[in-house]
Amino acid sequence: MTGHDIKYDTGPDTGPDAGPNAVHDAGHDAGHHAVPVRTNMLVWAALMVLTAITVSVTSFDFGFLNVVVALTVATTKAGLVILWFMHLRYEGRVIRLMVFTAFFILAIAIGFTFFDVAYR
Amino acid sequence: MSADAHDHPNFFQPLPGTKGGIASWIFSTDHKRIGMLYLYCIVAMFLVGLTLGFLIRLELIAPGRTIMGPQTYNALFTLHGVVMIFLVVIPSIPAAFGNIFLPIQIGAEDVSFPRLNIFSWWLYVTGAVLAVVSLVTGKGAPDTGWTFYVPFSAVTTTNVDVAVIAVFILGFSSILTGLNFITTLHRLRAPGMTWTRLPLFCWSLYATGWIQVLATPVLGITVLLIFAERVLGVGLFDPSRGGDPILYQHLFWIYSHPAVYIMILPAMGVISEILPVFARKPIFGYKMIAFSSLAIAFAGSLVWAHHMFVSGMSDTAVMVFSFLTFVVAIPSAIKVFNWVSTLYKGSIRVEPPLWYALAFIFLFSIGGLTGLVLGSAGTDVHVHDTYFVVAHFHYVIFGGLGFGLFGAMHYWFPKIYGRMYDKRIANWSCLIAFVGFNILYFPMFIIGLQGMPRRYYDYLPKYAEGHFISTMGSWVLATGLLLMFWNLWRGIRHGKPVGRNPWGAATLEWMVPSPPPHHNFEAEPVVTHGPYDYTGVKPDA
Amino acid sequence: MHEHRDYEGAKIGMWLFLFTEVLLFGGLFLLYAVYLHRYPAEFHAAGKDLSRIFGTANTIVLISSSLCMALAISALQRGKVLLSQRLVLLTVAMAGVFLVNKFFEWSAKIGHGIYPNSPGLLALPPGEMVFFNLYYLMTGLHGIHVIIGGAVLLYGWRLMRAGRVTPEHFVFLENGGLYWHLVDLVWIYLFPLFYLVV
Repeated sequence: MTGHDIKYDTGPDTGPDAGPNAVHDAGHDAGHHAVPVRTNMLVWAALMVLTAITVSVTSFDFGFLNVVVALTVATTKAGLVILWFMHLRYEGRVIRLMVFTAFFILAIAIGFTFFDVAYR
Repeated sequence: MSADAHDHPNFFQPLPGTKGGIASWIFSTDHKRIGMLYLYCIVAMFLVGLTLGFLIRLELIAPGRTIMGPQTYNALFTLHGVVMIFLVVIPSIPAAFGNIFLPIQIGAEDVSFPRLNIFSWWLYVTGAVLAVVSLVTGKGAPDTGWTFYVPFSAVTTTNVDVAVIAVFILGFSSILTGLNFITTLHRLRAPGMTWTRLPLFCWSLYATGWIQVLATPVLGITVLLIFAERVLGVGLFDPSRGGDPILYQHLFWIYSHPAVYIMILPAMGVISEILPVFARKPIFGYKMIAFSSLAIAFAGSLVWAHHMFVSGMSDTAVMVFSFLTFVVAIPSAIKVFNWVSTLYKGSIRVEPPLWYALAFIFLFSIGGLTGLVLGSAGTDVHVHDTYFVVAHFHYVIFGGLGFGLFGAMHYWFPKIYGRMYDKRIANWSCLIAFVGFNILYFPMFIIGLQGMPRRYYDYLPKYAEGHFISTMGSWVLATGLLLMFWNLWRGIRHGKPVGRNPWGAATLEWMVPSPPPHHNFEAEPVVTHGPYDYTGVKPDA
Repeated sequence: MHEHRDYEGAKIGMWLFLFTEVLLFGGLFLLYAVYLHRYPAEFHAAGKDLSRIFGTANTIVLISSSLCMALAISALQRGKVLLSQRLVLLTVAMAGVFLVNKFFEWSAKIGHGIYPNSPGLLALPPGEMVFFNLYYLMTGLHGIHVIIGGAVLLYGWRLMRAGRVTPEHFVFLENGGLYWHLVDLVWIYLFPLFYLVV
């Protein structure tokens, strides 16, 4: 899955997407824009702070809420990584929708299994 | 072949300046050649699976031992399932006809990742070889059934390890095909090919691609877990080690139920291509058919546990999943109604592809409706794991996908080879196969309702009649199919040459020469009308 | 026929591939969720046996490697090829540190006789057995991904040296980076689930 896989001739000047919905795809070449170093550092700092938080709160026992707290922090961290490090913030609608779909389906798979295991 | 063949060699001929030969096929990155590789492998594997099924039926012609012992029988039905599901049905239409026609239908020169495409074929071949290896090495051929249910698959001494690795690799191959198609459809549509001008075959492949990408990895991890269970003894499904065998079934069906739609959606796409062409009128409810493909793909991922009503899972889950199962029937029904409405008041020309399409609609409707009997938790308890299930899924998969595949073969044959098969024999073979199919599978509904369990080597005398009729049907069906393949084979050699557009269809693949040249289009096409707009389209025989 | 590079298409393809990875791990997360629900006390007890120090250290290493990767791509996009190459190497080095850590952590556990199918493990209560089996499977599968990711990035580094990944055509490195961030992403969940929640 590299750029080298595509030896392709779509004719001159058809842009990265020859298709008509290309308009918003092609217009969205923001991925080319380098993310500023400062932004990356800030995201990293935030990830570190969240790691510190999630480790330090383990000295308190919230019972069942332990899991909730840990997963909330983890999901916040995951969100930071996906949006900034993985550039999803700068991607077009198509890729964003795709990412949402994938995680949604995963949530269904895990969630619906609990119709069984939670009521057994 | 066509007059311009000389300047623009078709994709069967070597590119100018190259020698051709086998390497120019098995290392080709041309989507058409890769599609053909898949097609021939799939037909070969289909004949293997057919033979296995034929032998299973022969063994069951009478109670007691007929031609093989019980262990052989177990291995045969396992292998029949694995070969038919993973090597034939799942790749069939997408990997063969999807590869050949999806890029042409959208006016592209190839798929987005051509090298990944040939890699996925190599994975397919590797998986197929490993599946064969699993038969002849180790301590006997796998005898678990294609579902590899624990605990049996974790403890049987037969060669399950190799078989599950084969399945893992085949799954990966399927993922790469889906990934390629999704990207291709997003990126490489010709100018003017808007999403609402996309042929419905492409829409169905798009929906299929998403299932392949999102569901198949779950199968991957599931079979890896079996492997870990057997080799490392992790015991995650072993109750004596705190595991829960029912979770295996959850994981397995989280993939394998959507996989049913990997099988049937492309066939539905083929039918949506064939019907309007032979009714000479635009398809009825284009947007609803396109949308229902996505709806099936989505709803299909919500219903997996309806395979598990008697597994011991909670009653809540039984009710929820039973209800959701009925939801999937809606988009499927939308398609059937739209197809029938397309035929209504059409100017119908009866040709072999249409016969196969009509057979599809008939058989799929029976398969789909009996699916509701199984999806409804109350009745499922009665017919679960009986021949009713066997009949149901053969009606859906063989009657649906199988006849869709044959329809695709007859529809696109003149485009691929530039020749026409004998239509009279094609019609007869369709009729014989259709009759044989019903003789083979319909009695299974009855003996299933009477309580005949599936996968049994032997049975009570009261089921003898049904089994006997069913075996008779297998002979008729096999005759019809062999006649069909023979006729197609003869058509490749001796068929009458045809022009670009023998059926008078309006999708882009019929605008290029038959067989298509290497790079599909001389100049990039600009699309100005919908795929089923027949104004001014004349058949070019 | 000229070579056309479809930047956006390559990225869509990579994202789709990442989804398959997410769903692959997803199957294991599903098992974890169900077993945590069934054996909360046993998971709590077994989790205390894992070294929180190792886990935290590895988290810091992996997150920092992700930062390096992101910086490497930004650098390449700005035309700072040499800096980018160094940052990629630094990322791979951190992958190495992670694996070494993991190696010591696993060795310690195995030294205590806790590994799949070991007599020591089989003597534990069922819930703890499940916990450790999941621990080995999930961190093991993740470890394999760290190795693959490191190899991909090393290959990307070579492509940069060979002038085939450039400030104009950097999609290979960007996709390699996406893969690396995914490896990080999985760890972000594995860390609390195995070392903290319990």
